[in-house]
Amino acid sequence: MSVIERTTKIYEGSRIPSPIPTTLQVDTSKHALEDILTINFGPNHPSTHGVLRLVVDLDGEMVAGLSAVIGYLHTGFEKTMEQKTWWKCITYPERIDYVSFQVNELAFVLAIEKLLGIDVPRKATWMRMCLSELTRIHSHLVWLGTSALELGAISMFWYTFDDRDATLDLFEMVCGTRMHTRYFQAGGLAEDIPEGFYAQARAWCKKMPKAIDEYEAILDRNAIWLKRTKGIGLLSADDAIALGQSGPVLRASGVNWDLRKNMPYLAYDEVSFDVPVFHEGDVYARYRVHMEEMRESVRIVTQCLDRLEEMRGEPWIADDRKVVLPPREELHTSMESLIHHFKIVTEGYVVPEGEVYSCVESPRGEFGVYVVSDGGPKPWRVKFRAPSFVALQATATCMTDAAIADMIAVVGSLDGVMGEVDR
Amino acid sequence: MTAYDDVPGLVETTGSHGETTLVIDSSRIVEACTHLRDDLGFNFLSDVTPTDYLGWGGRGVSGYIGTTAGRDLHGPGTQGLARVPDAKPKRFAVNYHALRLSDDPVRVRLQVWLDDGEEVDSVVPVWPTADWFEREAWDMFGIVFRGHPNLVRILMEDDWEGHPLRKDYPIGGEPVRFSGAE
Repeated sequence: MSVIERTTKIYEGSRIPSPIPTTLQVDTSKHALEDILTINFGPNHPSTHGVLRLVVDLDGEMVAGLSAVIGYLHTGFEKTMEQKTWWKCITYPERIDYVSFQVNELAFVLAIEKLLGIDVPRKATWMRMCLSELTRIHSHLVWLGTSALELGAISMFWYTFDDRDATLDLFEMVCGTRMHTRYFQAGGLAEDIPEGFYAQARAWCKKMPKAIDEYEAILDRNAIWLKRTKGIGLLSADDAIALGQSGPVLRASGVNWDLRKNMPYLAYDEVSFDVPVFHEGDVYARYRVHMEEMRESVRIVTQCLDRLEEMRGEPWIADDRKVVLPPREELHTSMESLIHHFKIVTEGYVVPEGEVYSCVESPRGEFGVYVVSDGGPKPWRVKFRAPSFVALQATATCMTDAAIADMIAVVGSLDGVMGEVDR
Repeated sequence: MTAYDDVPGLVETTGSHGETTLVIDSSRIVEACTHLRDDLGFNFLSDVTPTDYLGWGGRGVSGYIGTTAGRDLHGPGTQGLARVPDAKPKRFAVNYHALRLSDDPVRVRLQVWLDDGEEVDSVVPVWPTADWFEREAWDMFGIVFRGHPNLVRILMEDDWEGHPLRKDYPIGGEPVRFSGAE
């Protein structure tokens, strides 16, 4: 199946507003009638997924004008990271998108490794893949629970958060914390995989597909859910590409694009999985993509566990003492190890001069990291290409000729995490 | 002979870490982007991001030069820089990460160099997704994109002073605001 197929037309032409692609502007003639009511939706509103503010011009129930105002959660991550050593910076990308922490960490670690030119043991590669897919499911569960909650299906929230908890138990088992694990190091993993992980992860893999079936049983025959999602928030394939959309939003518009498949990283070319694509371009299609992706992720996790169990006893991190912390037990017997440990912890390792752009398929789409190094122990510049930031640019296009109530469904389906939007 | 020889305004093509960088004459960026999109199939813009190279390769950098005392990583007991990095042509680089989203995917980075106060044309007419990226670049670095339909601050408040990601913008130097009676 090719990336772009011209089989279905979601709508004719382009709906991207002009001249500002991200803002719907009210007709001046309507303003003259004095029937337009301008309201602030957010920034503190339970269904804005954080602190998003939408300034909406209403013509009755219909949205006539719309512009998104962001920045309420801006914390200056990129500026802060310029002051920290490379290895301390690894904790930051997790925190910008607190729902897909492990994938963001992966993108940053891959960027450092690209500059360092360091080889990663295969056990680390497969474990990274395994945890990335667990994160994807975690993120999709949070998305499903909150999006359904906003449309009135409150029971979904309790079920998905129960399963999310089981997913976080796996993270806790591997790295001691439930979120923001900092488990990926430049060169591999921070620790070996604990013995009990395989059994617990397999039990989880067995349970998860049934749980997804149950979610679908709750939503797919719920008349309110179907009415509020089908045919709402349309986005055509061409508009989605022009607006830089990626991830589930792009795949729900009929574009068969997934970085794991089309530009594979880690070992994604060695596992078998399908990329779900839907052609309707509405909120319901985005929901379908999320559901199918969870099933595919369980498939990938199962394959990763099979391979990882064969790799018991193998190294989990590269053996480069200039970058990787020496094993703890060596510190008591080896002077060189102690010095290396002290140097890395106090000054950090140096990363060769250069600039790279590394990207991965996060639960929300293309998560990219652009880093510049001047050859010192701190990054010169770090920039995150946040998929949520881009996704919110499509709000205006999706809200063409829509009612105010649809806005909740549309904003939810674009899956913006404000920490990542504002950074 | 590469696929990029016909790109308008091409100054130089460099490659490292498996990535291709095209340095473009800053006055012809829209032409170059249009050529990439229409003739070479780069239909997707991943990212627009500037970098401030003020103090690049100098003392007290690799971190920070904004405070009066500075922070010198080249002092005794530190590794410092193994070598002085290559000089950059101008203060700011604006990087455009384009992607050919097709069965034959390719990424390319376009780079234009600007001095403080120099302007560059907006690529919003080529790729609408550049709208917020360019607003962010203006907000954080103070780079003016000529012809942008709505070049206002995006992350900081409308009346914010300065551009926080510039190297000469101090950390911890933001004004503390109080509301109500003092």
